[in-house]
Amino acid sequence: MNTELRIGVFICHCGINIAGVLDIKGLCEYAKALPNVVTAQANLFTCAETGTSAIKKAVKDNNLNRVVVAACTPRTHEPLFRASCKEAGINPFLFEMVNIREHCSWVHRHNKDAAQAKAGDLIRMAVAKAAFLEPIETFKSKVEPLTLVIGSGIAGMTSALALADQGFEVILIEKEENMGGLLRHLHKIAPANVAASELIEEKIAAIKKNKRIKYFTSAILEEVTGYVGNFSVRFSCGNDSYTCKVGVIIVATGGIPLRPEGLFNYDGKNVITQSELEIKLKKRDIEAKSIVMIQCAGARIPERNYCSRICCMVAIKNCLYLKDIIKDAKIFVLFRDIQAYGVENEALLLKAREAGVRFIRYRPDTPPVVENGKVKIYHPAMGKEIFLPADLVVLSTPIVAHDDAESISRILKVPINGNKFFLEAHAKLSPLDFAFNGIYLCGNARYPATVREATCQALGAASRACITLSHDTIERVGTVASVQEELCSTCFTCIKVCPYNVPYINERGRAEIEPMQCQGCGICVAECPAEAIEFKYISDKQIMAACEALLAS
Amino acid sequence: MSKDVLVIGGGIAGIQACLDLADQGITVYLLERLPSIGGKMAQLDKTFPTNDCSICIMGPKLFEVERHPNTHLLTYSEVEAVDGEAGNFMVKIKKKARYIDEDKCTACGLCAEKCPVIVPDQFNMGLGTRRAIYKYFPQGIPSVYTIDDSVCRVFQGKKCKICAKICEAEAIDYEQKDIVFELNVGAIIVATGFEVFDPSDIKSYGYGTIADVITALEFERLLNASGPTRGHLERPSSLNIKAEIKQTEKKIKKAKARLKSLEKKNQGSTDEARKTLAALDERLSGLKAKEAALGDVKDIAFVQCVGSRDLRYNAHCCSYGCMHSVKEAIVSTEHGSEIRSTIFFTDMRAYGKEFHEYFLRGGAEYGIQFVRGRVAEINQDDHGRPVIWCEDMDARKVKKLPFDLIVLATACVPSKGIEKLANIMGFDSDQSGFVKTDPNKPTTTSAKGIFVCGCANGPMDIPSSVSMASAAASMAAQTVKGLG
Repeated sequence: MNTELRIGVFICHCGINIAGVLDIKGLCEYAKALPNVVTAQANLFTCAETGTSAIKKAVKDNNLNRVVVAACTPRTHEPLFRASCKEAGINPFLFEMVNIREHCSWVHRHNKDAAQAKAGDLIRMAVAKAAFLEPIETFKSKVEPLTLVIGSGIAGMTSALALADQGFEVILIEKEENMGGLLRHLHKIAPANVAASELIEEKIAAIKKNKRIKYFTSAILEEVTGYVGNFSVRFSCGNDSYTCKVGVIIVATGGIPLRPEGLFNYDGKNVITQSELEIKLKKRDIEAKSIVMIQCAGARIPERNYCSRICCMVAIKNCLYLKDIIKDAKIFVLFRDIQAYGVENEALLLKAREAGVRFIRYRPDTPPVVENGKVKIYHPAMGKEIFLPADLVVLSTPIVAHDDAESISRILKVPINGNKFFLEAHAKLSPLDFAFNGIYLCGNARYPATVREATCQALGAASRACITLSHDTIERVGTVASVQEELCSTCFTCIKVCPYNVPYINERGRAEIEPMQCQGCGICVAECPAEAIEFKYISDKQIMAACEALLAS
Repeated sequence: MSKDVLVIGGGIAGIQACLDLADQGITVYLLERLPSIGGKMAQLDKTFPTNDCSICIMGPKLFEVERHPNTHLLTYSEVEAVDGEAGNFMVKIKKKARYIDEDKCTACGLCAEKCPVIVPDQFNMGLGTRRAIYKYFPQGIPSVYTIDDSVCRVFQGKKCKICAKICEAEAIDYEQKDIVFELNVGAIIVATGFEVFDPSDIKSYGYGTIADVITALEFERLLNASGPTRGHLERPSSLNIKAEIKQTEKKIKKAKARLKSLEKKNQGSTDEARKTLAALDERLSGLKAKEAALGDVKDIAFVQCVGSRDLRYNAHCCSYGCMHSVKEAIVSTEHGSEIRSTIFFTDMRAYGKEFHEYFLRGGAEYGIQFVRGRVAEINQDDHGRPVIWCEDMDARKVKKLPFDLIVLATACVPSKGIEKLANIMGFDSDQSGFVKTDPNKPTTTSAKGIFVCGCANGPMDIPSSVSMASAAASMAAQTVKGLG
């Protein structure tokens, strides 16, 4: 491009987030004096409609061909400003963003002069880099209108049915012999008071009947390659191996209640878990008159420091069913904090208390001790130890991640957290998405959830999946690595270092990178000994220009 | 028949449902009662458990709703009537007059600068002020101003019209009328959110009579950088004194001018004027001494379950109160390293993903004190400081502790308009007044083709609202596609 460089710099006050520390007017004056800068303006909120309109107007009025915004973090706001560039008629990648909020006004709020100087440096670097920006185009690729749902518990089945109801085809795989997940072993679901088996049988029947759903049990996921709209999946089912192409994937692999080996004298007979109690309730095989339930058995302790969300309600529900069967049963629930959030749960807790269930709090430093036929507990309100008779002790253990969570996370290249629950893209606003496009999450695989919550998330994940499935093609921007074939010496370095297994050797014997698959991490670019791999948006030229600008202060 | 969807409520739940549907290629109308979308989340300072700035993560979503080719924003609008059935609803909508031409207004803000009418600002929970012509909040979408006809001088029959004179875009239109029109949609999503319980009902907590007893949402605005104090943590009593000082200073200026003019004219005695001035001066120094004595906020108390889990008011739990108090206590330390927080709670409900870890961090890293016990009463000591009376269940002792500021974690109650909407649309409510759903279909109401998400269905946190919004979108999409 031979056209003259015309750079516009837009500096955001972010209310007082930035302007409270930095002298914005001073920065504007400074930016105006930088090479190729035609205009520099301040905005109260560059992200507000007024701010983006100001960018578009300035591009037109000043015939700008590069835009630099000095504001907050590109993580949240870069897409917005890129879109504004596009609307103003310039390629969205002729845009550079400087973070003068997190990097200047926030961290150096007590040293205004240094913050001001740093903001100036960063803007100067960005302007220098902007001179070497190149337009980047988007790629298009076809979407396979098919979904892979992994796991056939209540979450997986609900997702599969929701997608089928919207006219999309689904492949549902289940590692166990039978579909149904955890619910197969449960007694009844509160507050709906439905038998779990009924709920599950109904869903299984619907899945089996649905022409749009193909299901596979005893199926193990083995390999997933590709990208949103175009995943290749391989799974085995007994001795058979299957491969298929899908557009999106829903992870509904569930969780499992902790087996409390070594906790509170657990023996599976007189000291059992809530799940074991539910099996007994199903069979109406309970004779105990004095029952003690212990909450947080294996949860909220240093080795498993999370609250499993649903166990309090499971205990309360089972107390009420126990009271139904054994009218004169004495039931004590020993708890740390009762998690009866919301309307229905709190109502159920009240109902249990009205039914005569006694709730006694225990402190983590004085946990209950299960002895032969009784439970010793320090009663904080009475200020002394008491003994409770216990024909049966029921431990409320947390839902933990499945053993294969790690391997599934590796196969799908999606993250898990410290407790091995799958990690969503954003805790608040993207609870059902992964950062990796085209893969979604619901149910216990994400975090312990009630049947209702898991159903909600499953429908939600289906909705997220439908966004991709509703389009014949998807677009991807070209911020990816590309090989300059004439420089490639076929040394295989890129193939070894790519964490996503993207590069391959093409028919001409040179490395090639499929742009739809490349995640743009840049590792191969840095590692390639022949410097044959280029990353357009962060080229060597751009980085050098920025560095030289920094040193030239 | 229609393949379009109407979403009622422009909070985070409504926005998410709207965007999910629009991204699937479905035409969506997003209706909001207030002048701007954003809802309660836009009023929050930060969000737990990541301490993300609330409006910073929400802002791009607001903008996306406006820019999306498949969405139609109906702000400052209300539903008047609904007829028809799933697949074919006729919805009568009233769009209230803003007295501003939305296409012409550039939101430059000059009008509000010059507007002479100052009233309490609803977005800032009445802690700050706005003008009669105003933008609901800085990042508000659509980015246009609105004239509040209940306070604007023109609508009180007085002379003014300053805004029309100053507006270069010629966007002011005092003659604008409410518009009533009909919309044909195939499915409706109710995402009308919740209200904050008014704690002045609980007389023993002193809210409304003791200045430094405030609600959590008020506290969020006090912490916020674009809030009434620009993010400086100040308590209402000191804000009141500051306002009084400002007023007194104004009066002194006037009194001085009067005295000067009397002296100049040399007519009659100036004794009276001198006396007034002296009295004002004395008042000012008294106020300044009072302000200095108040000092900075150091001790903050958070009172949980205010109007929640209390059979006198609301039996239900607000679901998010424990976490927002932990968050506010953590964030407070960023406003002053000497700030100490105490949380008085019933059960610590840190049941969400990473919540328990966040709660533990609050104690270990930020020094938050947790006292298990329900607060019985809040009154004042001799210096006017609020005092909490509470039984500490762990220490088994009744405690009486003074604080600089007391923040009430107020109950989550159904939004005011929900009863009317239930009547218009024919869906049932639950025992607490929230929209009732099918136990096995979590977003399905008793009215076919009408779905619910977010706090309209009951108290829930943001990730639950967002998940449920996507779920409701899925059900609405099924309905309009006519397959399910």
